[in-house]
Amino acid sequence: MLTKRIIPCLDIKDGRTVKGVNFENIRDAGDPVELGALYARQGADELVFLDITATVEKRKTLSELVNKISHHINIPFTVGGGISSVEDVSVLLQNGADKISVNTAAYRNPQLIADLAREFGSQCVVLAIDTKQEADGQWYVYLNGGRVKTDTLCTDWAKQAVDLGAGEILLTSMNHDGTKQGFALDITAALAGSLPVPVIASGGGGTMDHFVDVFTTGKADAALAASIFHFKEIGIPELKSYLHDKGIVVRQ
Amino acid sequence: MKLAIVKYNAGNIQSVLYALERIGMEAEVTDDHALLRSADKVIFPGVGEASSAMNYLKERQLDSLIKNLEQPVLGICLGMQLMCMHSEENNTDCLGIFDTTVRRFSGSLKIPQIGWNLVQETREPLFSHLPKEAYCYFVHSYYADLCDETTATTEYGVRFSSALQKRNFYGVQFHPEKSASVGEQILKNFITL
Repeated sequence: MLTKRIIPCLDIKDGRTVKGVNFENIRDAGDPVELGALYARQGADELVFLDITATVEKRKTLSELVNKISHHINIPFTVGGGISSVEDVSVLLQNGADKISVNTAAYRNPQLIADLAREFGSQCVVLAIDTKQEADGQWYVYLNGGRVKTDTLCTDWAKQAVDLGAGEILLTSMNHDGTKQGFALDITAALAGSLPVPVIASGGGGTMDHFVDVFTTGKADAALAASIFHFKEIGIPELKSYLHDKGIVVRQ
Repeated sequence: MKLAIVKYNAGNIQSVLYALERIGMEAEVTDDHALLRSADKVIFPGVGEASSAMNYLKERQLDSLIKNLEQPVLGICLGMQLMCMHSEENNTDCLGIFDTTVRRFSGSLKIPQIGWNLVQETREPLFSHLPKEAYCYFVHSYYADLCDETTATTEYGVRFSSALQKRNFYGVQFHPEKSASVGEQILKNFITL
């Protein structure tokens, strides 16, 4: 049976991990390669590297970093952040990334999703959506790292993107992100239950029971988290063992 | 030992090269007939679409070359599927090494299957030094039917061939190069055949 996936997310700025603290087992928690390899050894199913470097000039650093990661890490990894063209993706895949994630650029130019799927295959095109539930109860798409609101409903954009060729959806609830109060179960279940592609839930995971909830009630195919892993609030082996005991199929 | 990776119009070749590096092996990525024939082992990887891959191989006479190799050959993912008789993906006649057909997943499944699934009923030598079942990483929309040459099975809606072997030809549907320590052991097993 296909397992539910646990995915640590590493934020990268100028080639270094942000938020990486408090690891005495590795020499340099700021080194994305070393931190990624540690998670891989602990049983992470995939890794996401999200580049939050502000400037285009630093992009070359990212492709060099991806090349280094792919030499050292023996599980699949996705690279995201600021990707806006077929050329951007081509460089990252050639350097060994397994998948790329697109967000704002794909919303501004949905044809990008179709172009990427045709050129490289849907299996490597992850659409990241930042979404927020407004006072009217609806979930809207936000852009530019959550700074720009749109009038598009999350469910509509996700469906359109999958029709264009997105192979996975990485769904982040802005209402839940950083709260450690649990994942957004309703919107995750709405997408995971209706789309023909996997949905990765992100934002709000704070306890092991939150992961149980997102895989059962939320119907997520995978769950992504950052700080709870970075700050060792939850260890990947203990999380997987807990999920297994709750009847959720995971790789151990 | 000379290891060759078949160079053709399918993705994922770099990942295989890096995985071999991690276990201390160097390989040459080549479509040169003489180099492929003289290699001790040949790896035929691939992520892509069956008909365009077959056309590419035929244009360079790599189809007949691969079929007639006598050293151990390992097909990975699309590479394995191309070693079968026929693929439903754009109704493509393949190399015809493994006596089985490649079909598309159907029903209410999420397609492609993406993630870690259990590889079961494994047979040696490719799965030596491993538990009888182990998780490996899959990304695929098509699968090979079970047949006499099946050497491991996996279930995703249907039970399918996650590994095949006939004489010197080996194939795996999953990606050993991305399957953590289990995948590394499988690559080591192939290299030490």
